[in-house]
Amino acid sequence: MSNVRQRAGLLTPAMAVIGVLLVLPLCLMAFVSTLERGPDGGVIWSRHTLDPYVQFLFERDLMDRLVLNTDYLQIFARSIGLATTTAVLTLVIAFPIALWMAFQPPQRRTFLLFVVTVPFWTNLLVRNYAWILLLRNGGVFDRLAQSTGLTHEPLNVLYSPLATGIGLVYSFLPFMILPIYVSLEKLDRRLIEAAFDLGANRWHALTRIILPLSMPGIVGGLILVFVPCLGAFVTPALLGGGKSLMIGSLIQQQFGQSRNWPFGAALAFVLLALIVFALVLHALRYRRLAGRLT
Amino acid sequence: MTRAGDLWRFPGTRAAAFAVLAYLYLPIIVLVVLSFNASDSSLARWEGFSTHWYAVAAADGNMVHSIEISLTVACIATSIGTVVATLAALATARTRFRGRIAVEAFLALPLVIPDIVAAIAILLFFVMVGIQLGLLSLILAHTVFTIPIAYLPIRARLEGLDPALAEAAADLYATPWQSLRRIILPLIWPGILSGAMLAFIGSLGDVVVSYFISGPGSTTLPVYVFSMVRMGVTPTVNAVSTLLIAASASLLTLSYLLGRRFN
Repeated sequence: MSNVRQRAGLLTPAMAVIGVLLVLPLCLMAFVSTLERGPDGGVIWSRHTLDPYVQFLFERDLMDRLVLNTDYLQIFARSIGLATTTAVLTLVIAFPIALWMAFQPPQRRTFLLFVVTVPFWTNLLVRNYAWILLLRNGGVFDRLAQSTGLTHEPLNVLYSPLATGIGLVYSFLPFMILPIYVSLEKLDRRLIEAAFDLGANRWHALTRIILPLSMPGIVGGLILVFVPCLGAFVTPALLGGGKSLMIGSLIQQQFGQSRNWPFGAALAFVLLALIVFALVLHALRYRRLAGRLT
Repeated sequence: MTRAGDLWRFPGTRAAAFAVLAYLYLPIIVLVVLSFNASDSSLARWEGFSTHWYAVAAADGNMVHSIEISLTVACIATSIGTVVATLAALATARTRFRGRIAVEAFLALPLVIPDIVAAIAILLFFVMVGIQLGLLSLILAHTVFTIPIAYLPIRARLEGLDPALAEAAADLYATPWQSLRRIILPLIWPGILSGAMLAFIGSLGDVVVSYFISGPGSTTLPVYVFSMVRMGVTPTVNAVSTLLIAASASLLTLSYLLGRRFN
């Protein structure tokens, strides 16, 4: 009994901080998304409406009828598309290095892990800013391409969806390398040896043994990249320019120029719902996968 | 490993690994090099070594003020977050209890929720409760995010502890408090320190949450740099960015060396 009470006492401060300063605000955000917008920004606390959610899907025409408006849906679809592409690309780039790292001697492994985590802990803003220096016209890549005669026109990569993609892949690559590496490192080496003993070549060992057994790491990595990508705000703001709006920038606008807090809260809530949906899907899949392996 | 040694080498992965490492470090190296460029247009043309832009950055009063804000917030938030996280890790490590998975998921929540969602939720909360946006709001919000960052390495350290040590202490009539103070804390302090350092780096690097909740006069360094970058590229930003890189890289190296020495 005292054990339980002791544990509760130890856990209380952490859970209280997160509960009061994060979970409660999230509930408040859901509440605000059902409120009426104040005349000069802010909200009217006593007036409820579903307008923010209606605004997400419809707009009013001249006759004050609701017509479907897919602008916001398109922004969501674009963000989901970009997050998916980023997740797949990081997987392709991360898997070979994770595989190589996992089969190094233990001492070198810890060192490599450190080398991979340094960029990950480097300020996100700084990492994205560095890509501005590389990608902009008159920047490093542009000068390189022009001086080698590859092209005679400016590259014009910066402030495009391509630049956002490059920045996102770069920012979240460590999120993919680390979980795959962890699952490869834990993998029972005897299984691979057994495969080789039974005459498997490297390709078969890779596709039939290593890849299936590193699935938890791969799926974990995909989730770890997809989730923050979907809400990315810094990278599109710095590298993407204003042309192709993403969810993160759209939410920010509602709290900036547009001063439409209920709509901003509704957008954030839809984003959160999407992510919870992805996580639940992952949990269900993972359970099925675990059931199949044991 | 010996007999099948060659089979373990997957052809091409070594080259691919080095290519990825180069890719990870190239932008950072370019940035650091350009911060010492004498050229005032910060174009990619090298015009000689100079620390001029560091002097310009140091002379920018607003920037120096934002560095002070950032350090104050990071120090206080990290201290609170690390203590709270250590307590939580003592409760969850090396035991099984009902609801443990739920508790751990709850503690990881700040890292799972996209920062923009967390940022506006916290903003709305502060506005509603009536907490003025400023130093206090920054410290409160940053504390939330330092908890899970510090918690993970501390818990990992506790998990690696030999349970026999605490049992031996109990057998020798140590009270739980004595055993904690004389046995457990001395053994896990590298974990606590490395957790604190990571939390500090996290707080120092945060852009999104600080962007929404820093009031006028309490801009953190990354928020200040963010607004500078949106106005255009200046060599001063290169210099400040290099300082930020140096700060996080040195803390990380320290934490790595600590871990290697004590594991």
